Amino acid sequence: MDLLEFARGPALIASLLVLIGGSAWRIFAIFLVPPKPDLSEPRDARWMAGALRTIFGRMIPKKEFRETEKLATLNAYFYHIGLAILVFGFAPHVNFVQRLTGFGWPALPGPVVYVAVGITFVSILIALMERLTDPVLRLLSNFDDYFSWLVTFLPLATGMGVLSHPFPAAIASGPPLDPVPLAIHLLSVELLFVWLPFGKLSHAFLAFVSRAITGAGFARKGAAT
Amino acid sequence: MSDVNATHPLDLESPRVSVRKPGVRHDKQGTMTDAERVAAAITNFRNDFSAATAAYLESCIHCGQCAEACHFYVATHDPKYTPIWKLEPFKRAYQREAGPFAWLYKAFNLNREVTLRELEEWQELLYDSCTMCGRCTMICPMGIDIAELVGLARNGMFHAGLVPHELWAVAERAEREGSPLGATPRMLRERIAWLAEEHDVEIPLDRSRADMLATLSSIEIMKYPQSIVALAKILNRIGVSWTIRSDGYEATNFGMLSGNAAWQRDSSMRIINAAIACGAQTVVLPECGHAYGALRWKGANIYGKPLPFKVLHISEFLAENVRNGRLKLRRLGGLVTFHDPCQISRRGGATAAPREVLHALGVELREMESTGDMNWCCGGGGGVVAIHRADALRYQAFEIKMKQVERTGADVLATSCSNCRQTFDDGKAHFGWDRQMSSLLELVAGHLA
Repeated sequence: MDLLEFARGPALIASLLVLIGGSAWRIFAIFLVPPKPDLSEPRDARWMAGALRTIFGRMIPKKEFRETEKLATLNAYFYHIGLAILVFGFAPHVNFVQRLTGFGWPALPGPVVYVAVGITFVSILIALMERLTDPVLRLLSNFDDYFSWLVTFLPLATGMGVLSHPFPAAIASGPPLDPVPLAIHLLSVELLFVWLPFGKLSHAFLAFVSRAITGAGFARKGAAT
Repeated sequence: MSDVNATHPLDLESPRVSVRKPGVRHDKQGTMTDAERVAAAITNFRNDFSAATAAYLESCIHCGQCAEACHFYVATHDPKYTPIWKLEPFKRAYQREAGPFAWLYKAFNLNREVTLRELEEWQELLYDSCTMCGRCTMICPMGIDIAELVGLARNGMFHAGLVPHELWAVAERAEREGSPLGATPRMLRERIAWLAEEHDVEIPLDRSRADMLATLSSIEIMKYPQSIVALAKILNRIGVSWTIRSDGYEATNFGMLSGNAAWQRDSSMRIINAAIACGAQTVVLPECGHAYGALRWKGANIYGKPLPFKVLHISEFLAENVRNGRLKLRRLGGLVTFHDPCQISRRGGATAAPREVLHALGVELREMESTGDMNWCCGGGGGVVAIHRADALRYQAFEIKMKQVERTGADVLATSCSNCRQTFDDGKAHFGWDRQMSSLLELVAGHLA
């Protein structure tokens, strides 16, 4: 078994199992802690609407904070959207998912993805710079923050390494000319999968839980979120 | 000749003789050992973990955005005042004791145990520099209710005997005497008799039956007694059957602010029992921010079932009666700005009520730049105004408020919380500021049609 076969085979399956099992446990464990029922008379019973409003509303910063948090917010938009374009829009990724699950979708044009790569790369470096230089972020940061940054950055960097090696014209199906960079790229993605449930990257799903709880609670009070 | 305390040596080199690096005061109550204090804090932190707290503590991404929402951080730019940092021991205790990977954290000591020294250091962050105003909750991209978590963390601190002395003392006094500021039932009776006579107004006390129980804040009783007269004038004009009860009049809840759940319960139950005893269908809460949160939103949970009466803040009661036409007002006019008490507006959901009342007074409302649910706290909430060692920090935060008010160009400044009013009066005296905070209730009473 060569490195690429390992990355595409047992390593991928193991990392996906950790990703799914770990994430499920992390969410399940939250609800293992008994909830405390609220017996106060609600001002508004539309708690579900409040939860949804907060889930989506918190994607956009409030006008009172836009000025002070401009760089952090814009930068976060850039790397989140950039990563989404790379992960879900790049043809080899779509094909990878299709091979794995049978589901596919139309990929984005190459130039769009390449622009996204550039923006995401710069943006993710700015995020690290901010964390290293801003006194508040430096105080708050721990191993999780820096390691999570690293495991997010590695697939991007190794993916760029793969891009530098030409794919066959029919980018969709054939193997790359040099399998080692691709294997390294896949292994870096698998490292991300393995780490995601344990660190702060799990905000990918926990954000919905905490936003919903606050949204529902505040809606009960008739308070804005 | 006495020796200078070696712990805090004098700095003879500075322009003014001063104490070099004045030590931070870490207050302690009780005679527990260090280990017992830590154990008590952790046990009580643990008792407060729920699905909601777990979700919040799991979700933080350390983005630090909450700093920009906190008046104490914005006033000082000291990173330690970043709201989520104030919860660091609480977060660590959660990860080690109750989180989904607690066994991993413990087995490999990935997360150090919280120490007494850390808890002592965090006393300032959890009490002196947090008013639980919840502005940080509004900015958090993960939607973490940081203010709620600070309230829970205070429970652990109280049980560890790590509360600032002044706050502990007023909370203990409230438990012992029924009022944090010495407004005992006897004093209440005397004061009401005096006010009724002085202002020629009927103030019903201890009626056995009434549709409405009116409650007071000890700050009103001791510092702003004219509020009681204003309340009586309005309720008498509306013609409601009401009473104040000497067995349940104090609406402030320093048990809640200091972190003692048992004392919080005692304070709330006094009002609940008094309301049930006189058959009140409505309990009206005074111009006090945290009193609203304590009874309106936490009262039923303390009682263990839905409250058998409606709970209204006085501004909600006024708005309701303006709406139904029972309260008719003369025009006040002029330019008015309104300071939202955080626990009533942002965290209570009653943001619209005072504005409805001000509209009925015919004023031109000049909103502050960041207003309503996003208003800046005055800096005195959450018991902070009681902690004198926090004064310097609180004044720095208050400057934000002064600037906000000045920018409106309003002639009249109003609020519906006597604690905010007290903080404004204190800030006014400290800075020699020429603005006077008015009570919405008193403005209404002064303009009854």
